[in-house]
Amino acid sequence: MTHPSTTGPAPVLALRDISKSFGAVRALRDVSLELFPGEVHALAGENGAGKSTLIKTLAGVHRPDSGQVVLDGEPVLFHGPGDARDAGIAVIYQEPTLFPDLSIAENIFMGRQPRRALGRIDHKATHAATLALMQRLGVELDPDRPARGLSIADQQIVEIAKALSFEARVLIMDEPTAALTGSEVARLFGVVKALREQGAAVLFISHRLEEIFRICQRVTTLRDGAWIASETIEGMTEDDLVRRMVGRDLDELYPKQDVRAGEVALTVSRLTREGVFTDVSFEVRQGEIVGLAGLVGAGRTEVARAVFGIDRWDAGQVSVGGRSLVNGAPSTAMAAGLALVPEDRRAQGLVMDMSIERNIGLTGLRTTVKAGLMDRGAERSRSLDWAVKLQVKYARIADTVNTLSGGNQQKVVLAKWLATGPKVLIVDEPTRGIDVGTKAEVHRLLSELAADGVAILMISSDLPEILGMADRVLVMHEGRLTAEIPRSDATEETVMAAATGRAAA
Amino acid sequence: MTVTTPQQAPPAEVPKAGATRLVDRVFKMRELAILLVFLVMIVITQIGNSDFLTEQGIKDLLLNATILVLVATGQSLVVITRNVDLSVGSTLGISAFAAGNYLQGGGNPVVAIGLAVLFGIGFGLLNGLLVSLGQVPALVVTLGTLYIIRGIDSIWVGSRQITAADLPDSFVNFGSGGISAVPYLALIALAVLIATAYYLKHFGSGRELYALGSNPEAARLAGIPVRKRILAAYTFCGGLAGLAGAMYLARFGNVDSGTGTGYELTVVSAVVVGGVVFTGGSGSVYGAALGALLLTSINSVLPALGVSSVWVLAINGILLILAIAVDRIVALRVALALKKRNARHA
Repeated sequence: MTHPSTTGPAPVLALRDISKSFGAVRALRDVSLELFPGEVHALAGENGAGKSTLIKTLAGVHRPDSGQVVLDGEPVLFHGPGDARDAGIAVIYQEPTLFPDLSIAENIFMGRQPRRALGRIDHKATHAATLALMQRLGVELDPDRPARGLSIADQQIVEIAKALSFEARVLIMDEPTAALTGSEVARLFGVVKALREQGAAVLFISHRLEEIFRICQRVTTLRDGAWIASETIEGMTEDDLVRRMVGRDLDELYPKQDVRAGEVALTVSRLTREGVFTDVSFEVRQGEIVGLAGLVGAGRTEVARAVFGIDRWDAGQVSVGGRSLVNGAPSTAMAAGLALVPEDRRAQGLVMDMSIERNIGLTGLRTTVKAGLMDRGAERSRSLDWAVKLQVKYARIADTVNTLSGGNQQKVVLAKWLATGPKVLIVDEPTRGIDVGTKAEVHRLLSELAADGVAILMISSDLPEILGMADRVLVMHEGRLTAEIPRSDATEETVMAAATGRAAA
Repeated sequence: MTVTTPQQAPPAEVPKAGATRLVDRVFKMRELAILLVFLVMIVITQIGNSDFLTEQGIKDLLLNATILVLVATGQSLVVITRNVDLSVGSTLGISAFAAGNYLQGGGNPVVAIGLAVLFGIGFGLLNGLLVSLGQVPALVVTLGTLYIIRGIDSIWVGSRQITAADLPDSFVNFGSGGISAVPYLALIALAVLIATAYYLKHFGSGRELYALGSNPEAARLAGIPVRKRILAAYTFCGGLAGLAGAMYLARFGNVDSGTGTGYELTVVSAVVVGGVVFTGGSGSVYGAALGALLLTSINSVLPALGVSSVWVLAINGILLILAIAVDRIVALRVALALKKRNARHA
């Protein structure tokens, strides 16, 4: 491998020829990485490329099979996350790891509370230090508030405050922006920049390429567990980076086919759930992809849940193919040909400890049960069929879903619902947190489904995705539908204006 | 690029809003509510039967609660870490016998109490090791040790029985004596309770017990020595069960191979009624102690009111379910309040 910088300051933290296997899976192969003080270093790669394993090795969670972790030029061996923390390495995981029952102050200082005589915790000092951290971050969170119920953005702020509290020299951020709104991302980047100027090294992971180009100076790319390149970002283009990540030129990211819209497949009229959304009416036709845009919390997911029957609605009507659906009955919605791919695949879309085959099979129990008994053969062939169609990458179809990468998990959720042969497909944030390669595949798939006559309602916070994929764009703002924009008129400006309530409804 | 909110000034208002205080209040209220129920129950009984709150009456109430308070205090620590110790009844029984057996041969009472505590610590360590190293659910492991310890107890004790007559007078007098209406045993339990509560609030390792019950994975990532803490919680719980065994001997002077059988369920009820959440991370030992006081008082209240004591168990059960229902409703309301507060700040 090449050492990207031989002059200037020494790396504060480096990995040298790290390998790590889990059973037969080689997660990392001879990977090297150097982090210098005062740089924001991007770690790029598709899902399953080994980014998470690399982070966990730096964080002391995994111990490498071979190779060295080098801190300030000295090889170190972390016996656990505590060792890494004591060495000044802070990790902000994709899913914040807070203690919901404890206060924000306790969350930040757990294990390192300021002490009084006899080793007792100095609660006053803890409170004051937390307030000071909050001020430094420019947020107003009450240190005594329990962490339970904090928004993802605020949870991340607490995690960052934790890193600040022990003056971390290395900050590792695993997709910190995945669930944030634009202003929250701006706030986060402000903090990252300030840290960098204070001489910290930041390792930044994001699937949003423009973010990498916005705040990072160098980038290391991994592919299939192997090191591909470490280089300065200046002078690179997004296409260069994508090529490193996927190892080939990427097909078009938004392969939208033109389809003539057919009959009305889904009709939602005057749907209201008190305090959540009000008077929502729209139609989706066969072959159409309708985008549902809006800010996080505008009520889009809630509408989808009500349409599918998970939550009850208070007024209005939903019909599929002319037949009205029963309020609050997902089974009748499914029987009518409706399928919902939820936003949170880990919690709602998949049984994580169950095999790929059985997860896909879950929606087909009606057809694969004969005389009250499961026909395991039919389930397997049906599942295999869909897993292959969607190009899910797995070792064995009997492996549990939690062994798959995020993008492949999303494909399994899709397979599970596509196997029901839906007439109407609702997808909620179909590509959140998955890599560009898989993203393009999911888009291609949605496009093909629409071409086959499936009506698709796509909820997304990813504006380019909405603009690239949707035939029509519906926009929600504070529980109301504020605009319906045809593809030809949809631009970032028109959609954003409606999403923020600036446009006349 | 993603959907962005319009540029906005940083929130100007101070978010020291109602939500935080509400949450605070609710959790303080939880203990207050049990105290209130307890006091109302005592007042009603006193009105119905004026002989209830004599000096001896108060002393009996406190004595009855003492042993349960001790064991519940230990159990709380374990439950806070999202585990449970079902073997406390067996541990109490075997420790009581160990102390009695030693005293029968003319031993020193202080050494006897120490011996009982050591027995408890030993079995607590065993539980802690099995749970923290075995990665097996605590419910199953301690159900196993419940039977194992009871089995050892049965073999050792056989059909023997220790009675107050076999014990030194000083020990028996200590068990029933006290400062006016307050028994010595209750003072010991109170001291243990206060010390434990102080430890949980003011020491790092005490807070870590809450942390690892609240989110075990986060605790591991935060570098908390999870196994060590769980081991410590079980050892402490066992030690207190042992101490409670010695107190049982002093109070009743009567121990056989069945002593403490079924006690674990009373203990767990007291802990849960007292607001220690079974899924870990939340609750206080004061709550658990109040729960213990409430449950044992029912035993005295019903006969005083002329109600048959067959109702005791049913009422315990109702209290238990009531407590869980209240917790659930309160939790939902708090979640709603916090959510609304977030919505305002979004």
